[in-house]
Amino acid sequence: MQGSKASVCMRDITKTFGSVVANDRVCLDINKGEILALLGENGSGKTTLMNILSGIYFPDAGSISVDGHEVTIRSPKDAFDLGIGMIHQHFKLVDVLTVAENIILGMPGKGKLDLKAVGEKVRAICQAYGFVLDPEKKIYDLSVSQKQTVEIVKVLYRGAEILILDEPTAVLTPQETEKLFNILRNMRKAGKTIVIITHKLHEVEEISDRVVVLHRGKFVGSLVTRDTNAAEMTNMMVGRSVSLNIKRPDPVDPKPRLMVKNLTVTDKDGITKLSDVSFTANSGEILGIAGISGCGQKELLESIAGLQVYESGSIIYIDPESGEEVPFAGKDPREILALGVMLSFVPEDRLGMGLVGNMDLTNNMMLRSFRKGKSVFTDRKTPQQLAGNVVKKLEVTTPNLTIPVRRLSGGNVQKVLVGREISSAPTVLMTAYAVRGLDINSSYTIYDLVNQQKQNGVAVIFVGEDLDVLLELCDRILVLCGGKVSGIVPGRGADKNEVGLMMTRLKGDKDNE
Amino acid sequence: MNKSHNTPFLRIAKRDSIKWWHGWLIRLAGLFLALVVSAIVIYAIVKLNPVKVYAAMFEGNFGTSRRLWVTMRDLVMLLCIGLGLAPAFKMRFWNIGAEGQILVGGIATAAVMIYFGSSMPTWLLLIVCFIVSCIAGAIWGFIPAIFKARYGTNETLFTLMMNYVAIQLTSYFVAIWENPFGSNTVGIINQQTQAGWFPTMLGQKYLLNIIIVLALTVGMYVYLRYSKQGYEIAVVGESNRTARYIGINVNRVIVRTMMISGAICGMAGYIAVAGASHTISTSTAGGSGFTAIIVAWLAKFNAFMMILVAALLVFLEKGAIQIASQYNLNDFASKMIVGIILFFILGSEFFTQYRLIFRHSREVK
Repeated sequence: MQGSKASVCMRDITKTFGSVVANDRVCLDINKGEILALLGENGSGKTTLMNILSGIYFPDAGSISVDGHEVTIRSPKDAFDLGIGMIHQHFKLVDVLTVAENIILGMPGKGKLDLKAVGEKVRAICQAYGFVLDPEKKIYDLSVSQKQTVEIVKVLYRGAEILILDEPTAVLTPQETEKLFNILRNMRKAGKTIVIITHKLHEVEEISDRVVVLHRGKFVGSLVTRDTNAAEMTNMMVGRSVSLNIKRPDPVDPKPRLMVKNLTVTDKDGITKLSDVSFTANSGEILGIAGISGCGQKELLESIAGLQVYESGSIIYIDPESGEEVPFAGKDPREILALGVMLSFVPEDRLGMGLVGNMDLTNNMMLRSFRKGKSVFTDRKTPQQLAGNVVKKLEVTTPNLTIPVRRLSGGNVQKVLVGREISSAPTVLMTAYAVRGLDINSSYTIYDLVNQQKQNGVAVIFVGEDLDVLLELCDRILVLCGGKVSGIVPGRGADKNEVGLMMTRLKGDKDNE
Repeated sequence: MNKSHNTPFLRIAKRDSIKWWHGWLIRLAGLFLALVVSAIVIYAIVKLNPVKVYAAMFEGNFGTSRRLWVTMRDLVMLLCIGLGLAPAFKMRFWNIGAEGQILVGGIATAAVMIYFGSSMPTWLLLIVCFIVSCIAGAIWGFIPAIFKARYGTNETLFTLMMNYVAIQLTSYFVAIWENPFGSNTVGIINQQTQAGWFPTMLGQKYLLNIIIVLALTVGMYVYLRYSKQGYEIAVVGESNRTARYIGINVNRVIVRTMMISGAICGMAGYIAVAGASHTISTSTAGGSGFTAIIVAWLAKFNAFMMILVAALLVFLEKGAIQIASQYNLNDFASKMIVGIILFFILGSEFFTQYRLIFRHSREVK
């Protein structure tokens, strides 16, 4: 099955963005009919390289040949003409159109649009590879994994022979991931070539035939998956050897710190986002929150932070000094702070909510502290010192303190945000997808910081998407499903499959399945 | 399969940050190109010596002491409106209602001058006019802001419509204050007593205008850059969600900032009526409420940069009028020249942000 003839050859590809070298003379061969994993940390240039192959970017230097002929790929259309299609991490679908309409969007055609024929063809593709998809459904009715399916079918519909998937499992549950992998195996059987971009090692081991590792924009090596192991791949990816275990110190004197009672949230369209959620977060403990995307984690954290209007329920903070109960339901963030609730929140949308992308580090540090003091003018000295401290302590890679934070890499952006949030000595710390998109190094820095806070007696609420991480890091895990609590399990000794099942259906509903 | 594609002939890539002098070099090159191209156009179309035409533009602005002061008067007027718009645009609130805010400020000033001209000393008149014009402008800013904050209405349309309301209001008051009867104008207000006029200082009629606006320039620079409110404006402008996340009351900031913006534009109306024309008509704002948008944006809301931009725009406008009358050109020819110069200067901003890459070549400036 593994033909030795390379179907795509990329030679000496270089791409720079300003002073950043994203790809530095990278050479890559993709063989016909294989599943190739492209492995690397953030900023290692995996996505850039594949964007070049699929016509999004044009390389500064280098050559590409497909099936032995040298080609120039100027646009995604050129790439499609060569049978190359990419499924991006962020889906590019029109919500109000149907599946079939999205699939043919942008394709040339003559005369009358025959959606029935399109639907037939879509069904045939689904049948061939094992997708489950209704071509007449509207995109907004689909789950995240179904949307991903649409993207894949869209590429297949255009006759792609080479499919590139950019971190496809980031938004999927373990069960959905398994399904996707089965489909990918079916495709390989049908002779398709697949490139999967990832930084998750166990996925590489599970699905790929061959793995190519990039590090800081450079090609490091190409390995046959069954001849290698996680440790070797990590070392190549990070450039040095690292330990892959997440530490989990014992909880420190856990006492109730934050109590959420019967919280119900309805959005402005009348859809229930959270229903009757109750739990207690203890000091000195990490409470993990698991669930598929859109099951209410965002609303839960934003309700506690005072950013979400909720229908009913109460949120009570227990002051660690006096033991007094402080209810703060319905207050805005400023009022919550005024009540003496030391709440820090690392939101999911780092640059759109936690930070201001166009402002520099100092100005971003000021976000939390600028109101201090009676003067009408802002104090810039203290935040500047704080920025300097955060850069030093958390090893933020930045040329200076005056660079807009959007120009930093994802891991550094997150370090700046977490650094600011823990600098105010919180007693409750909430993080949403704290390591999403971060590489191994940065992720472990974040785990360490969270653990430090826990050992300082902070009540940590950790919303995560990677079950393996939640199971290794958290003391207790609250599982959400469709806005309801489907259970709270202890982190030590929890079974991954069981938690995965709890994410997709409520405990009591088991019999209905 | 199509293998015959060529490398694209021209590609555009975003620049990394460039040194400040490099940016100014690009802008200078833009100005130079502008002069060369419009010289060619001048020669080709109207057969005049371009150097003489440029000299005439200078003449029109600075030729005599009177012209110089009129240029300065118009400059500070435009600058004042630009300063008023800056906080609103920095907050990404598209206030295109400066025209209306100027007019209501002007109406308020004229009303005080007409009704209280004989009952108050001039210094008190000036202060009262100043206050009521600011209040009138602030109200004109408040109305679209409160609707935006409460109901999420589109501020662009709203502020634009408020202009027409203000124009109609002006027509109404012009009809009431008509002097002499039947002229359909207000005429010069308090021509005999000069009550409520800006006083002549050091022999100059417009010195007070300049002093007020320069003080405002410094104030706005400090306000936007160093004050807590200025910081809030910046955060709201960059990201509403971040502002909410850190507990800024976004609606209050919108309303407050628009009232400041409207008040300063209203004050521009005060300067226009009490400090320059001493009359009011529907053309008192004269489109400078729109021109000032260019001033605010091009200067990236830096109050001192706004002086430069306003100076450029006023220079071009005055120059165009001068060459039109001196060489008996029609309006269009002189406006073409102004257009070419503006095109190149604005165009050079593009090259400070992006660079061009031609096929088979290294990068070009």
